[in-house]
Amino acid sequence: MATKIPLPILNPELDNPGTAPAKEAAATLRSRAEGGDIMEEIRKETSENKVFLYMKGSPMMPQCGFSSRAVQILNHLNVPFGHANILQDPEKRSAIKEFSEWPTVPQLYVNGEFLGGSDIMMEMFESGELQEALGLK
Amino acid sequence: MKVQSRIEEKLSRPGVEHLEVINESAGHNVPAGSETHFRVVIVTADFVGRSRVARRRIVHRALADELQGPVHALAVETWTPEEWVARGHTIGESPKCHGGDGSLPSK
Repeated sequence: MATKIPLPILNPELDNPGTAPAKEAAATLRSRAEGGDIMEEIRKETSENKVFLYMKGSPMMPQCGFSSRAVQILNHLNVPFGHANILQDPEKRSAIKEFSEWPTVPQLYVNGEFLGGSDIMMEMFESGELQEALGLK
Repeated sequence: MKVQSRIEEKLSRPGVEHLEVINESAGHNVPAGSETHFRVVIVTADFVGRSRVARRRIVHRALADELQGPVHALAVETWTPEEWVARGHTIGESPKCHGGDGSLPSK
């Protein structure tokens, strides 16, 4: 568990690890800007993006060690991912906890499914299950 | 120690073989003596057959009041007795603080 994550490596083979076709229902989901409510927006984000991370700060500038670790893991695996910075969105900050029934952030979604926070990501990374869930092996 | 002992009390349930509640607040941007950041290591056969998410939901439920109140960050390790032995009783390491999100009093 004390494994240090090395800096992101470049692996051209993993440049585009599969863009799953957005689910049918996603087409009808609206963001708040489009007239939907916050829960609909979260459903939209998690269903239209193969990998989506709710985090504190941005991938370039995480504002929490746990969010930073989550980003490092995804970057290390060279996985493209969407993100939402919940620090800039108080409504989403409280809604995501309710949506996932999970009290802390970061939160990772893969193929519309809640995978867990940074502890779970780390465990799954070390066991190889995360790579599997992401379709990398 | 108040929050820490409350967490310990709430997680000390029958069937729990090993419990560690570690106050990691000192590694974060909060005043000395804070009880805001914790790591919990809990080992019980009750986790057998449950997913990582399901195991942690049990812990989260037990600590719902703390999570809505004073506890700002909670790292949770949930192991079955077999897994705990297999990993050599080692505890994970939390990442370095990145300054915090401004929601707590700072150092």
